[in-house]
Amino acid sequence: MGFLDTILGRTKPVAPKLDALFALPSAAVTLQAAMDLQPTGSGSVCFRATEGRAFRDIEKDVRELLEMGSGTLPVEVSSDSYGFTWLVCHHTSDDVEGLVTDLHAVNSSLEQGGFGPQLLCTLVGFRSPAGRRLGLVYLYKRGTFYPFAPLGGERRDSALEMQVRGYLGDDLKVEPDLGRWFPVWAAPGL
Amino acid sequence: MARTRYATDRGLIARMGVTMFLLGLVFVAFVLALFFVLTYNQRGGSGGSGGLIVIAALIGIGSAFASYYWSDKIALRASGARLVSPGDSAAAARLHGTVDRLCALADMPKPRVAIAPTQMPNAFATGRSSKVAVLCATQGLLDRLDPDELEGVLAHEMSHVAHKDVAVMTVASFLGIVAALLVRFAFYSELFGGGGRGRSNNGNNQGALPVILIVMLVGIVVYAISFLLIRLLSRYRELSADRSGALLTGKPSSLASALQKVTGDMARIPTRDLRAAEPLNAFYFAPAFSKGRGQITLSSLFSTHPSLERRLAELAKVSQQLSR
Repeated sequence: MGFLDTILGRTKPVAPKLDALFALPSAAVTLQAAMDLQPTGSGSVCFRATEGRAFRDIEKDVRELLEMGSGTLPVEVSSDSYGFTWLVCHHTSDDVEGLVTDLHAVNSSLEQGGFGPQLLCTLVGFRSPAGRRLGLVYLYKRGTFYPFAPLGGERRDSALEMQVRGYLGDDLKVEPDLGRWFPVWAAPGL
Repeated sequence: MARTRYATDRGLIARMGVTMFLLGLVFVAFVLALFFVLTYNQRGGSGGSGGLIVIAALIGIGSAFASYYWSDKIALRASGARLVSPGDSAAAARLHGTVDRLCALADMPKPRVAIAPTQMPNAFATGRSSKVAVLCATQGLLDRLDPDELEGVLAHEMSHVAHKDVAVMTVASFLGIVAALLVRFAFYSELFGGGGRGRSNNGNNQGALPVILIVMLVGIVVYAISFLLIRLLSRYRELSADRSGALLTGKPSSLASALQKVTGDMARIPTRDLRAAEPLNAFYFAPAFSKGRGQITLSSLFSTHPSLERRLAELAKVSQQLSR
């Protein structure tokens, strides 16, 4: 944001960065090889629905588009306690590419409708044979990823998150500012 | 396509630009007037009022810098707010979660989060940059608002941070501070003989007494004009924070209903509590004094915030824009 925009109080909603999402499949391979974390095949897109009919129409289109797609299960829609909407897609666990394609379809539909700034994050779930859970969260506005590993009782497995950060550095851009690694407890698709 | 949906409010920007330009103009006129008075004075042979102006400017710069640099600490101290971390309470966790999400949407670094233990529903944000900003909500706000409404209020405050309103308003009020100090100094020096000394030293020159008076007069005029302009600017900043906040959450109606709740509740709160909060007004979400609605008289010229009706009307415009 430029100096003049600041001085005149003219902040614009931030456009999302979409393309970095395609780094996910190779990151999934790395996680599997290095840490035995399997993709669950589920992923979700989180966005802020705006009021008014324009957004509702686009949301409906997106849902229909995904139902026609290649997913194994119907798309789930849910909203969290913060008022954000989550669209969850399910694929088989070896089809990360298909999953990412579906997620990207959601993003680009929203963006084409002029609602790109409403995108918050996308999340792809991983699980270890021992049952540890991990979500790779993509921040649309930053174009970066961060790992989120929930334990019971709203605690985070920071050790696992740091380990993942170490392994993923080559495959994708990890968010450097730890203050932005916000917890998404009970996120659908995790 | 995205551009048309999130169009900026050109009228508001233009009015804000004109206000700032006028403030700058008043500043230039002020400096020129003082320069003129000073050179006139030096021809007369007395340096008394020159020192006065320098001292007033130095104190003005000092106090403006202090209120800019320590704005976060001053506001936290004055409101009795405490910084909270997500683990402190359910309310703190919720507040942090909401701020986290807003920051991710707006691509801003996360400010520190505080809760003030008052029942008056309000919120404020201060701090000289978005890195050291503090976002504070009162307990009353957390108790009374729905999640959507709370998010709207916080988005409004985050827009203040993004627009660097602390810095803008500090620079804007610097002029008023200097003018007010100058008037006061000139008045005291007149009372306690500063002007008299000038007169006795230069018996042939009757310039010294009028010089002090002229400085005082210039100070009063500049103070009055800049006061009105600063308040006008403050109201425009509020409107633009409303607008950016509403666009960020995509729910202008939630912000509107929060505004109605907060201002409605405020009128019913005992006045003593409100007076304690008045010095902080410029940074609050809604001003903390109760006054009659719908007056377009002096009170609306002097207030730091636009009227509720005006704010609701502007939010309705944003809402229409989003449904198109």
